[in-house]
Amino acid sequence: MTTLTQKHKKIERNVTLLAVLALVTVMIGGIVEIAPLFWIDNTVEEVEGVRPYTPLELAGRNIYVREGCYSCHSQMIRPFRDEVERYGHYSLAAESMYDHPFQWGSKRTGPDLARVGGRYSDEWHVQHLTDPRAVVPESNMPPYAFLAAKDLQSGDMSTHLRALTRVGVPYSEDAIAKANEDLLTQVDPFANSTELEQRYPKVHIRDFDGNPDRLTEMDALIAYLQMIGTLVDFEAGEALEQPR
Amino acid sequence: MNYDALRHFADSWGLLFMTAVFLTLIGWTFRPGAGRTHEEAAHMIFDEDKNDV
Amino acid sequence: MDNLLVKAGGWLALVFLAFLAMVLAVDGGFAVHMAIIMIACLIALWVTISKADYAAIGRGILKAPADPGKYDDDPIRWGVIATLFWGMAGFFVGLYIALQLAFPVLNLGLEYTTFGRLRPLHTSAVIFAFGGNALIATSFYIVQRTCRARLAFPGLARFVFWGYQLFIVLAATGYLMGVTQSKEYAEPEWYIDIWLTIVWVSYAVVYIGTIVKRSEPHIYVANWFFLSFILTVAMLHLVNGLAMPVSLLGAKSYSAFAGVQDALTQWWYGHNAVGFFLTAGFLGMMYYFVPKQAERPVYSYRLSIIHFWSLIFLYIWAGPHHLHYTALPDWAQTLGMVFSIVLWMPSWGGMINGLMTLNGAWDKIRTDPIIRMMVLALAFYGMSTFEGPMMSIKSVNSLSHYTDWTVGHVHSGALGWNGMITFAALYYMVPRLWGRQRLYSLRMVNWHFWFATIGIVLYAAAMWVAGIMQGLMWREYGDDGYLVYAFSEVVSAMFPMYVIRAAGGLLYLAGAAVMVYNVWMTIAGKIREEKSMTETPHDPEADKPLVAVPAE
Repeated sequence: MTTLTQKHKKIERNVTLLAVLALVTVMIGGIVEIAPLFWIDNTVEEVEGVRPYTPLELAGRNIYVREGCYSCHSQMIRPFRDEVERYGHYSLAAESMYDHPFQWGSKRTGPDLARVGGRYSDEWHVQHLTDPRAVVPESNMPPYAFLAAKDLQSGDMSTHLRALTRVGVPYSEDAIAKANEDLLTQVDPFANSTELEQRYPKVHIRDFDGNPDRLTEMDALIAYLQMIGTLVDFEAGEALEQPR
Repeated sequence: MNYDALRHFADSWGLLFMTAVFLTLIGWTFRPGAGRTHEEAAHMIFDEDKNDV
Repeated sequence: MDNLLVKAGGWLALVFLAFLAMVLAVDGGFAVHMAIIMIACLIALWVTISKADYAAIGRGILKAPADPGKYDDDPIRWGVIATLFWGMAGFFVGLYIALQLAFPVLNLGLEYTTFGRLRPLHTSAVIFAFGGNALIATSFYIVQRTCRARLAFPGLARFVFWGYQLFIVLAATGYLMGVTQSKEYAEPEWYIDIWLTIVWVSYAVVYIGTIVKRSEPHIYVANWFFLSFILTVAMLHLVNGLAMPVSLLGAKSYSAFAGVQDALTQWWYGHNAVGFFLTAGFLGMMYYFVPKQAERPVYSYRLSIIHFWSLIFLYIWAGPHHLHYTALPDWAQTLGMVFSIVLWMPSWGGMINGLMTLNGAWDKIRTDPIIRMMVLALAFYGMSTFEGPMMSIKSVNSLSHYTDWTVGHVHSGALGWNGMITFAALYYMVPRLWGRQRLYSLRMVNWHFWFATIGIVLYAAAMWVAGIMQGLMWREYGDDGYLVYAFSEVVSAMFPMYVIRAAGGLLYLAGAAVMVYNVWMTIAGKIREEKSMTETPHDPEADKPLVAVPAE
């Protein structure tokens, strides 16, 4: 019993020991919970259709992040009847497997956006972003008219793709080299887009903001919004989910 | 290692280990002689007043 | 002189480096930040040079007071002022964005004033600027007094203070310009993260150094909480901040993790920012200031030890409850829920320990407004640590998640627990730090108490109603089998709640303004003539021993 007492005194009086023990105590939980996510195989089940973002979508996504859209919009549909009916098929882990950072959000001051892609027209988005209350009178969303007035200055997109490759997104060398070209091709319906479509299946190619003369931040953001949640073909998958 | 093996370990040895640590910790503060030490430590903050500005 | 030359030269080199980085920056935000850093280095350069000329002034700014018989309190005094300054800023922005939700015209149509950019400004200002400065100041105050030793490395302690302010300025201006990693409560970009790491390591060195050179045998339990707070926040910050910069001369970076892994890492961080920044650190304050103000030792020191170990062990597991029913694997969600519920116990153990410290001195709640604030803080701590575990139950969470209930829960903890215990600690420290007889006015503390309390009640009640209403309206089905409400209808139903919430915020801000005035006058050395808070009757005639009257 005396030895135990002495040991205890040591901890109470030795700051190094106290610090080490405290650190060990707080590390256990994190290690047990987080580490397995990286090597248990069923965490992210690969789903057909999910691909990395095109340079334009990525630039739009960066605007989404910059403006803090995640403060009010989630991108994570939970498997409840009302959410699935309101927003669409519940979100799969694989759908955000290339999202650095994730944008699941934590608050729905506005609706979930996990499947907003294709739900509204480009014109609707332009109007809504410019003056939300012109389209939805009850809305309390801030106006983002300035997006249409600002040229898209995304910098050298190949450096962005390169950075993403370093954290595990499988962009090909080709995709990195032609990133800036791809960015422009996506808003130009008259350009040769065979390569772009090969690299990024299901890519939308058109002018998004209604002003073909300029490539604006509005173009990029809408290009991103229109593709969110559209990569996985759930209707094709449903047939496979039926009992055989 | 897969999920099942991990789960099995967590439900058996992991649980046992944590319970043991928990009980030891509680028992620890009740060891003989601790009362006086704790008393001292708890009152320690009042010794300092003379030095306050 | 050589030393001075080296120092000044070093600052000058940094000025040039920052200038170079500014010129070569690949984006505007990074350029502005390098300009701010350059200005900060210029100021440091100026101080370094002027110190040589005005040694006495310089000693006050850069060196510890010469008298070794006094505690090194300068950084604490600055910390108190910084806490109040950032507190007012953070509360004001909070009120403003609350009003934006009710009256969207307040977004002003400018990119810098949209809700999306101001919201991280508000959360970071109150958590890291107000709370962080309060934590640094009180921890330096407490560690010196419980160790009976002056701060180790006084120069480094000053660096911690100023370095932390630079971090706040960089983070805040970054949010306005849209420089963000988008991870909630960890928004600053990679280079600001690196700067914070340097500051934080210095903080740990000063803090642990002071404990090492203490002249008391015990390490008082408040220091345990501060120590775990410093170490754990360092760990969380390092892991969650991992990111790949696009360019070393640009602000943008991409998180090292993606999707599910990123989400869990973020909420492991986010929840423990609550657990260690807003709980463990503030419990350190509680374990010192409550016994001191009540003039009696903590109710049970033994309980405080159990409280400490179980709290830090359990808290770290609870993060996944932010991700219920998402694409996170089920086992992680369940684990998070179980530990969140178990966490209720140590939390309440701590609350009981704090409240019972007043055992035998309950009358002070009536006579001492500072004690009253502490009791309210503990009551709100107890309330939100009950509400939290409840909301982490999956079935409750399915209703409450994504709604304003969560916002209300956070604010009852932040305004009630963190705010109130900070105010009480500041009220305790200010007269002692500036050598005043007492606060300018105790009655004003009382006003502050009531402003804040009513503000919190309005806030929390409005958000409960709003949150539960949202949750129920979103999932309501009609007899026809269709959803009853469009999303926009739910938004417009929130309007009255958002107005009430803003009113609560206004009251809370008003209370803080009263505090600023009170502290200002106290520092100025004024004392308000006012009736004392207690009016226990005293009859001098009766106040004498009974003496038997000799018979005649």
